[in-house]
Amino acid sequence: MSETPELETAPIPRRNTELVLLILALAVAVGANYLVSLSNTDGFDEGFITQGAVLAGMALVMHIVLRIWAKYADPIILPCVVALNGIGIAMIHRLDLANNDDAATRQLLWTGLAMAAAIATLWLVRDHRILRKAPYTFLVISALLLLLPLVPGLGKVINGARIWIFIGPLSFQPGELAKITLALFFAGYLSTHRDLILLAGRKIGPLQLPRARDLGPMIVAWLLSIGVLVMQSDLGSSILFFGLFMVMIYVATGRISWIIIGLVMVVVAGFFAAQFMSHVALRLNSWLHAFDPSVYDQQYGGSRQIVQGLFGLSNGGLFGTGLGNGRPDFVPLANSDMIIAALGEELGLIGLVAIILLFVILISRGIRAALGSRDAFGKLLAAGLSFTIGLQCFVLMGGVTLLIPLTGLTTPFMSAGGSSLLSNWIIVALLLLVSHNSRRPALTGPLNERDMAAAGPDISAKAKAREEEDARRRAKKAQAKVATPPRKGDTA
Amino acid sequence: MSDLFLTALRLGFLILLWILIMSIIAALRRDLSIGKRAKTGEPTAREVRKNPELAPEPAPPAKKAARTLAILEGPLSGTSLDLAASPILLGRAQEATLVLEDDYASGRHARLFPQGSRWFIEDLGSTNGTYLGENQLTRAQPVEIGQPIRIGKTVMELRP
Repeated sequence: MSETPELETAPIPRRNTELVLLILALAVAVGANYLVSLSNTDGFDEGFITQGAVLAGMALVMHIVLRIWAKYADPIILPCVVALNGIGIAMIHRLDLANNDDAATRQLLWTGLAMAAAIATLWLVRDHRILRKAPYTFLVISALLLLLPLVPGLGKVINGARIWIFIGPLSFQPGELAKITLALFFAGYLSTHRDLILLAGRKIGPLQLPRARDLGPMIVAWLLSIGVLVMQSDLGSSILFFGLFMVMIYVATGRISWIIIGLVMVVVAGFFAAQFMSHVALRLNSWLHAFDPSVYDQQYGGSRQIVQGLFGLSNGGLFGTGLGNGRPDFVPLANSDMIIAALGEELGLIGLVAIILLFVILISRGIRAALGSRDAFGKLLAAGLSFTIGLQCFVLMGGVTLLIPLTGLTTPFMSAGGSSLLSNWIIVALLLLVSHNSRRPALTGPLNERDMAAAGPDISAKAKAREEEDARRRAKKAQAKVATPPRKGDTA
Repeated sequence: MSDLFLTALRLGFLILLWILIMSIIAALRRDLSIGKRAKTGEPTAREVRKNPELAPEPAPPAKKAARTLAILEGPLSGTSLDLAASPILLGRAQEATLVLEDDYASGRHARLFPQGSRWFIEDLGSTNGTYLGENQLTRAQPVEIGQPIRIGKTVMELRP
């Protein structure tokens, strides 16, 4: 971390660039919704107007908020996210038309709420460094969030996983928020304990092994993810939490030995899970023998979903069937787990690659904010948070394309689901704050006039006011001198 | 609405998606350019001709070099320390060059170091802060001869 050279970008607030890109991104989002409305068989659907209005309104409010409170934030992040979110809503709306559902309205509501939460985060936090002060609070909050679904009466089992809580008509996945609080804890803990972990330990060959007692938190994280796996039967979140910790400790120390130890732990846990946990074994089986008719037709945990998704992708081909022209509704859970397959069918490889590129750009901007960040906490936080988005995309797209076993994670910003949207928009707000801090002009060396001008209008204005005051006082003194010439004769 | 028109719209959407990606990449390319202020080293003559504000500031008039650090107030009042060309650590810790017996000073409180012909003072993250004149230090600042430096109850100044 300290070895990496500081990367400098020109300290220019690039909000106008952001505005131009944002308008393009909104054109993409509204265009997608318009195309879906056009393809409605019951005549033209007016839904895209409200969808476009909500998305555009909230995006512009967020843009203005950035102009006020995070002037130097990265200009690329917001347009990427808005485009992804808009395409997601369009696809969910399109699947609603096929399935006679109303998931798009719920998604739109959650989008508005999530963006409001992001704006609130920007406003409340301002400087991400205040979050570093109480890492253990975030650990406690994470543990509480993860335990909530296990409370009888509150939690409920859906699709074999106990990760939901129900309060009246509202449902929520607290584990989604836990990934943020866990990232905050890891970043706070590792930024203060980094030196200890880094310096102590024995060296065996090229590997520097950490001390047993420094392994403590690692083992806690491992147990936590195993606990999530066993108690809640949620393979996806368990992979996400462990991956997050492994990456953050690697970023903090730069030691490859942590990755090796972590991977060994994953292999051991994965082996036992496959042996003793029926749903993990089912997932593995439907991955290895996806095209086997007996696996395909299985009542529970069969491969029908994945195989239908693959057929959809192949039906889409290079250019896709066009929004509203394919049959993505054949795929079970097409609007949440399998939304990538639905998009691949209707937008084709060309559209899907564009979507993946949007994710890649978003994640690279997050990592860029981490590289430029001047404090260890910000570096770790931005790296960890952007990695969670990347890992989620990889696990999900890998599952849909049969590269790895499919697990129940959501596609960030696209899948139908409020908790995922909410937490991902908060992540975006945190990334924007870290990037604002890392791109802000640094004050180093002795103070001079140019620094004052660059430090912001209020400082230079104050300095100018002070100068003017001085000048006025000097002028007054000079006047006073002129007005009352020394009177020689008085005393004499 | 004809099918041809719909197909054209759908292709148009894909093109729009890629226009967005290309504009983002164009914006990224500009983003990677190094800012002029971030550059280190002296600007070249050509750069100065293009941007007059880059011209190096005229060298300050030669001043007498500081030779001693005199303590004016506080427990060590009246003593003074000869300055060599090496940095000086101020604080309560035993390894400090000037050990301040001041309850309001931190172990490693501040550092006084020469750079060129001037001395700079830098706060080392002390609890109660270091004051130069009336202002609390937020980063390294040059110290003029006769300008009071305050750490806790100790006040000192540079003397020629």
